[in-house]
Amino acid sequence: MKKLIGILLLAIGSPAVLFASYSAMASEGGVRLDTAPINQADVISLQSGARTFANYCLNCHSASLMRWNRLTELGLNESQIKDNLMFSGDKVGELMNVAMIRKDAQKWFGAAPPDLSVIARARGADWLYSYLRGFYRDPARPTGWNNAVFENVGMPNPMWQLQGERVRVEHAAKGEGAKGGEGGHGGAAKSVSYEMVRPGTLTPVQYDETVRDLVNFLVYLGEPAATSRKQIGIIVLLFLLALWPLVYALKREFWKDVH
Amino acid sequence: MAAAEKPPVSGTGSVALDGLLTWVDQRFPLISTWKAHLAEYYAPKNFNFWYYFGGLAMLVLAIQIVTGIFLTMNYKPDANLAFASVEYIMREVPGGWIIRYMHSTGASAFFICVYLHMFRALLYGSHRAPRELIWIFGVLIYLLLMGEAFFGYLLPWGQMSYWGAQVIINLFSAIPLIGPDLSLWIRGDYVISDATLNRFFALHVIALPLVLLGLVMAHLLALHEVGSNNPDGIEIKKHKDANGIPLDGIPFHPYYTVKDILGVVVFLIVFVIIVFFAPEMGGYFLEYNNFVPADPLQTPAHIAPVWYFTPYYSILRAVPPLFNSQFPGVVAMGVSVMILFVLPWLDRGAVKSIRYRGMHFKVALTAFVIVFLILGYLGTEPITVWGQFGSWLGNADRATVVSRICTVIYFLFFILMPWYTKVDKTKPEPERVTH
Amino acid sequence: MSDDKQVNKTRRNLVIASCAAGGAAGVAAAVPFAASWLPSDRAKAGGAPVEADISKLEPGQIMTVEWRSKPVWIVRRTKEMLAGMASVESKLSDPGSDVPMQPEYAKNEFRSIKPEVLVLVGICTHLGCSPQSKPAEDKGEMGADWTGGFLCPCHGSKFDLAGRVYKGAPAPVNLEVPKYTYLSDTRILIGDDKKGA
Repeated sequence: MKKLIGILLLAIGSPAVLFASYSAMASEGGVRLDTAPINQADVISLQSGARTFANYCLNCHSASLMRWNRLTELGLNESQIKDNLMFSGDKVGELMNVAMIRKDAQKWFGAAPPDLSVIARARGADWLYSYLRGFYRDPARPTGWNNAVFENVGMPNPMWQLQGERVRVEHAAKGEGAKGGEGGHGGAAKSVSYEMVRPGTLTPVQYDETVRDLVNFLVYLGEPAATSRKQIGIIVLLFLLALWPLVYALKREFWKDVH
Repeated sequence: MAAAEKPPVSGTGSVALDGLLTWVDQRFPLISTWKAHLAEYYAPKNFNFWYYFGGLAMLVLAIQIVTGIFLTMNYKPDANLAFASVEYIMREVPGGWIIRYMHSTGASAFFICVYLHMFRALLYGSHRAPRELIWIFGVLIYLLLMGEAFFGYLLPWGQMSYWGAQVIINLFSAIPLIGPDLSLWIRGDYVISDATLNRFFALHVIALPLVLLGLVMAHLLALHEVGSNNPDGIEIKKHKDANGIPLDGIPFHPYYTVKDILGVVVFLIVFVIIVFFAPEMGGYFLEYNNFVPADPLQTPAHIAPVWYFTPYYSILRAVPPLFNSQFPGVVAMGVSVMILFVLPWLDRGAVKSIRYRGMHFKVALTAFVIVFLILGYLGTEPITVWGQFGSWLGNADRATVVSRICTVIYFLFFILMPWYTKVDKTKPEPERVTH
Repeated sequence: MSDDKQVNKTRRNLVIASCAAGGAAGVAAAVPFAASWLPSDRAKAGGAPVEADISKLEPGQIMTVEWRSKPVWIVRRTKEMLAGMASVESKLSDPGSDVPMQPEYAKNEFRSIKPEVLVLVGICTHLGCSPQSKPAEDKGEMGADWTGGFLCPCHGSKFDLAGRVYKGAPAPVNLEVPKYTYLSDTRILIGDDKKGA
């Protein structure tokens, strides 16, 4: 009986713990995050995300813990990687470093752009998806850009040409309740929306898909072994689940003598 | 020449093996050790679910040592290289990610097994005479394990590693007079730095593991000297047969070797599910903020120790400062762990096992478990997690008030124990084990 | 107890089956640990082929590039150097390059793809020192009929201008010619002979 209770506690406790902390991660600082609709098995999405990453992120950010030739896991061969993704003279076996010097970056942006190798493990896919779609024009900021998810961020909008330019509009309190409010602290009964003042080269849906693919790639970048981890895990688990009745039978056989 | 008083080894099924073992046994206490600790160590026949965790803790110790050795082959204990070397293991060393995840999961698994193992002791009175020394060795193992985990956690050199160590070592500076110098001596520098990382690496990899291994051996030797307790809390050595074997005893081998193998397989199923499908465990086993490299210039918004320390962290936070010093909190936190040592002498109950204890003890133990879990949960969250009371309670954080109540109950469990265990209306213990 | 023999067989079979399964599990568990000793991605990147630009290499000149932490010599041989090589064949241990110290395409009298460019791993095949270049003019030190080549300072092994070892030297075989290929007339890729890296 106690054994059953113990196992039940573990079985209920672990998902409860996971659920509690996932929701904690998703609602950091009171900002509601959108769920990133990513699929790690979608290789085309990952390739597209890799291209976006190389074109828009690697100018300032490094991914210095990842090697270029590992991207062959995404179904690309080495010359495709070299021709389409690598713009400096690096060899395909090298790490995804960036030319920008940290001290310069610190001076220009206030903070050096962090390395993005494990950013998805630190921030989570939902945060990144919401952040990259959350930029809006703000003349009060030195870069001219602010962000709904990361207030007063030092980073300008790297994909503004694709997304277009949005501004933040505050609405007076409509009756009661701040329905549909984002970015506020929930206390003031005003609501906020974002309006596109100059459209970019992509429609909002296309831009969302671009960011989705980029975030998909960032999640892969954070842990390239994730897919094989799960595949190996199934095999190991199946083996142990088969071993269980065998050792149980062994135990029962010996314990027949007792009592 | 060795006087051939020992009988030769027989019955292995192979004449050659018999001969080899006989040769060894004439020069080494092979068979006597085998008999004393396995084939003729008589354990009570009524071990239940709670009795798996000691052996499982030993399994996890072995896992940690083996995975730890292999991590050391590629890890770089240098402030500039450490974080990247962990990712190097995860990405570039073949099989490296398996080894890393086994080690990080093993650390949490170790504490789960140890906490459940200690709880078994509380349930069945395994800390009571004549097993006080086993308990003391056990508490020493627990303390050393906490130290081992603390030193190990600095090694990945993430934000949580750095700032967690910074906060805990700063606690020592709250000690009057010697505090700041002590912290400086522990760190080897004015802040956590490469000097600290290197010495914590040495302590984590070799110093504490050696001492831990010695203590585990002492723990087992002390146990085998007295004999195991059991869920009924009675001494099986009181009733022996004509050959001196306890009537309720069964030889550890083959019965408990075979049963522990079953326990190991079930444990491994859970372990493997975590390692391969949820190694981060929602940020509790691998904290999200630790994927950000340590930055001495940026303090994270929310610093919390890893989950297995959080009950004591809650107690530390719950105690208000006295004369502008956090020292009382530090003392309370220290006492909350050290008080475990004297448990055998606080417990004055007439019986050992909860099966025969009265309502006093059952209520006290239940309350203790509940407050320990609440304190543990609160320690993982910022102190504002449950909001504030209204002005009628001075706008106090709800979590602080709850932590304080729980801390008081925690200490009362121990402080009042000599009284409530004595007045407890117990049931009569059986002469022979029941189930 | 009921059928004694029956119980024993079941027990024995279960023990054997469990031991076999446990052994298999043990071997499987050991795999990632043993695998972790294989060269990592970083090691493999460090062992990658190296490109050498020979556009500025004058006739008679030697340049050195590093490949897998070893010195690789590239020599642009003159007509005189090439002519002198045939005359010393009788003094060489392995003039026909029978011992496979070179790829198939370098198993010829010049031990190279193009006669005028020689590529050699500059490590003596005796005990691993790096020999020194001794041009044909160094007749004072090397003897009157020296046509050019290399001398290892450690134990005196001598090699000709195709890296072939002289008789009487402690070194047993010719200097190694690594895999290499021409990416163009002025670019050599050392360490790989398949194009498209």
